Amino acid sequence: MSGGRLSVPHLLGIEGLTRDDALLILDTARSFREVNSRQLKKVPALRGRLVALLFFENSTRTRLSFELAAKRLSADTLSFSASGSSVSKGETLLDTARNIEAMGPDLVVVRHEASGAPWMLSRVMGGAIANAGDGQHEHPTQALLDAFTLLQRFGRTPSQGLEGKTVCIVGDISRSRVARSNMLLLPLLGAKVRVVGPPTMLPAGVREVYGVDVFDHVDDAFFSGDAVDAVMMLRIQKERAARAVMGSDHDYAAAYGLHRERFEQLRARRDDVVVMHPGPINRGVEIDAAVADSDASVILDQTENGVAVRMAVLYLLALGLARPGLAEGE
Amino acid sequence: MTASAARRVIMDHDDVRRALARLAHDIDDRLRAMQRGPLALDPDALAVVGVRTGGAFLAQRLAAGLGDLRGTTPAVGLLDITLYRDDVLSGGAMPLLKGTEIPFDIEGRPIVLVDDVLFTGRTVRAALEALLDLGRPSCVLLAVLVDRGLRELPIAPDFVGRVLETSRDERVRVHLVEAGATADSVEVTVARERRQR
Repeated sequence: MSGGRLSVPHLLGIEGLTRDDALLILDTARSFREVNSRQLKKVPALRGRLVALLFFENSTRTRLSFELAAKRLSADTLSFSASGSSVSKGETLLDTARNIEAMGPDLVVVRHEASGAPWMLSRVMGGAIANAGDGQHEHPTQALLDAFTLLQRFGRTPSQGLEGKTVCIVGDISRSRVARSNMLLLPLLGAKVRVVGPPTMLPAGVREVYGVDVFDHVDDAFFSGDAVDAVMMLRIQKERAARAVMGSDHDYAAAYGLHRERFEQLRARRDDVVVMHPGPINRGVEIDAAVADSDASVILDQTENGVAVRMAVLYLLALGLARPGLAEGE
Repeated sequence: MTASAARRVIMDHDDVRRALARLAHDIDDRLRAMQRGPLALDPDALAVVGVRTGGAFLAQRLAAGLGDLRGTTPAVGLLDITLYRDDVLSGGAMPLLKGTEIPFDIEGRPIVLVDDVLFTGRTVRAALEALLDLGRPSCVLLAVLVDRGLRELPIAPDFVGRVLETSRDERVRVHLVEAGATADSVEVTVARERRQR
């Protein structure tokens, strides 16, 4: 497995990763989960390295997760968020990047509302870039932690993969970077993926591009063919989708939400069905409150595993900065 | 840059077995002495921790040997020190994580740390740091199958199977049946010259 190194210098998306890269990240995350279970949850691997956290778009949990991951690797962190910064004073992304670059970060974690911003930064900054979500493009660490959580729940190792498992993604497929990264990663690990959402939220050509099965009606997606092993309920992004596209919360919940009745039907077909949500959840809209809190829900496992997965990503990207193979370990 | 075929077998299958049996005896003797000493060790709390990957199988063998001598087999743990190495980010160490598996609390236990070859001492330095992050053992003793000298840090083993005079361009390899070898052996080869970059 390529000596424990990624084939890419940056994590810009799941696109561009090989299956070996994905397995390496997931295997490495297993080791970090063990670290996170210790009393002293810290290792010196990135001591003296600087991780810049550039959050041009609001995010709390992803920023906290990356920050904790960096700290548990003993790295120093530099946190930048758009509100209250020079961005609100009109500074361009490039100028901000150049100023941060002058502080010499080894690793740069970027969240930006524009698709492609991490890629652009990878061209102008010296450090390794980790995409923490860019526009409607990708959110690779979210997909990785989703896959990690599924493997954990199914009792499988990364190399055993998700062969024979069917995962159904529900919601705004066209605007969701989480959906996109998962549509790329889950099939890479052997899973079958179904996507379903209002017709206005399903991009054209998704079946052809990603090899996923596309449904208009959630009940068809859930209850036809093989039983669904996991459902991933996407957050209805009120800040992104126009009201006209999604209708009222009540209509959406009835047509596409995981309400109790639908959940019981899923359970009847597969009693250990897994319920996922990238958070933050809109209780009563895309997911019923009791379902979100049920033992089928792995929402909090997702958050916990996110730290281990991001530690793995930061560690592996830092390795990529090193000149490899000076000497083989004795 | 040319590879030399020079290869010497320093220990054969029986040598390795005998060395490990003697190591187990030496460790047992020391523990008995320490039990009478001021540390007042709890001998039943003894644990053997192997440094991955070279010390892993040796730790299991030593634990079995100690079990035969003492009646109770000590707990065995495996320590992955990759995240504690001083050369992992500079490209010197193999970065692949194999994971630490120590399914017991090391607090207050006497620990025998096991590695196959003691060389610069940097691995042991990293192992001690990794171990002490997990708790506070009552004492740590170091057992190695081969001490090849050339220390770069002030580290000394407590128990040694075989002392070897080596030079820096030589490589000491321990082969064990558990790792797929047809027989246990220790061999010294002349490493290729290090490539300059």
